[in-house]
Amino acid sequence: MEVPILKQGAFLIATFQAALSDADLNQLRMGLVQQVVKFRSRAVIVDVTAMDVMDSFASRTLREIAHMIRLRGAETVIVGIQPEVAFAMVQLGLTLEGVATALDLEEGLAYLNDKFKTAN
Amino acid sequence: MAKREGTPAFPEANREEPSELLRELVAHLRQNRTQLREEWVVRITETRLLTAMTKEEIFAEATSVYDSYVEALETEAFEALQAYARNLSERIIPRGVETHEVVGIVLLLRDVLARSLFAKYQNDFKKLNRILDAYEPAANRIANTVAVGFVQERERVIRQQQEAIRELSTPVLQVRERLLILPIIGVIDPQRARQLTEQLLRGIRTNRAKVVVIDITGVAAMDLTVANNLVQTVEASRLLGATVIVTGLSPEIAQTLVTIGVDLGKMNTVGDLQGGIEQAERLLGYKVEKLAEPR
Repeated sequence: MEVPILKQGAFLIATFQAALSDADLNQLRMGLVQQVVKFRSRAVIVDVTAMDVMDSFASRTLREIAHMIRLRGAETVIVGIQPEVAFAMVQLGLTLEGVATALDLEEGLAYLNDKFKTAN
Repeated sequence: MAKREGTPAFPEANREEPSELLRELVAHLRQNRTQLREEWVVRITETRLLTAMTKEEIFAEATSVYDSYVEALETEAFEALQAYARNLSERIIPRGVETHEVVGIVLLLRDVLARSLFAKYQNDFKKLNRILDAYEPAANRIANTVAVGFVQERERVIRQQQEAIRELSTPVLQVRERLLILPIIGVIDPQRARQLTEQLLRGIRTNRAKVVVIDITGVAAMDLTVANNLVQTVEASRLLGATVIVTGLSPEIAQTLVTIGVDLGKMNTVGDLQGGIEQAERLLGYKVEKLAEPR
């Protein structure tokens, strides 16, 4: 299932609906990296609330997305990681190093607003 | 005494069914209930078993144990006895009754009853043999059932207590809006570390915490596994968007961590709990001001 990418002001929001296949993840990566420049977005929020399993491929893809977005001149925040998923991830050593995280969409937006307010 | 009632029961035929023998045995034990039971209680007191209980209590329990015992012999159904043993254990475990005492009293009863059988059939060794053939396996099974029931109950209690201690030992406390503290006291084993992390992550979600202060003043020692668990807790919290501050590392723990080379780069440490809370407040944008000198 394809992940919809929504434009919300200066941000792009991608919300995972359910467990995704590797192809969906690759598609999401390309979609985000293209649209972030197309819409001149300042940041991308990836909402993974609906994911109850995070495998190494998904985790690596999220990190790649974050790094690619940074190279394209914007920020990435991963939001909505479930406690159980977080626990499983650190046990597997998938810690999303260097990627900003927040509790949920609201927190993610607050974090970004805060960040760009002080930057301006 | 016992012989008088027993004499007419002596059959001429030598070939009784084991069940018939058992029935005869049960009748004998029922007839001599009062006397055998008293003898048993005396033996229990003599051997100084069940010292945690009063004489009256011992007598009351002895009565019901005796009856259940005879009933189990008669019906060869051990479920009722099993249930009774569990129920009994539930009552006497909190009083500090030990396993050897429970096993001891059952073996004593077995001994008392066997002696009464010896006395009753002392003139007929063949019959005594056959009676014992019927009695011994059943008595062994009963002793087994009671002992296993007791041990199982005790294990259940221990498990329950372990769980309770574990629940109690890791409180996640909110001290300010979006600020949690997690004081850790005592020994951390992998299981506790796991539970601690799970509880903290749940706490972060329900309280929408942004900063967590983990205070390990009360942790005496830390090995590589525990240190790695701590690092994992910090990382998992970050995935939920919360910053972790670790406080109260003792000099010994600091030394150990440096020696074993744990990667503490991702960890935010402050000397004591007060300092940790102050830094957390700064991160959250609080400014605490003293309004007046306390009088």
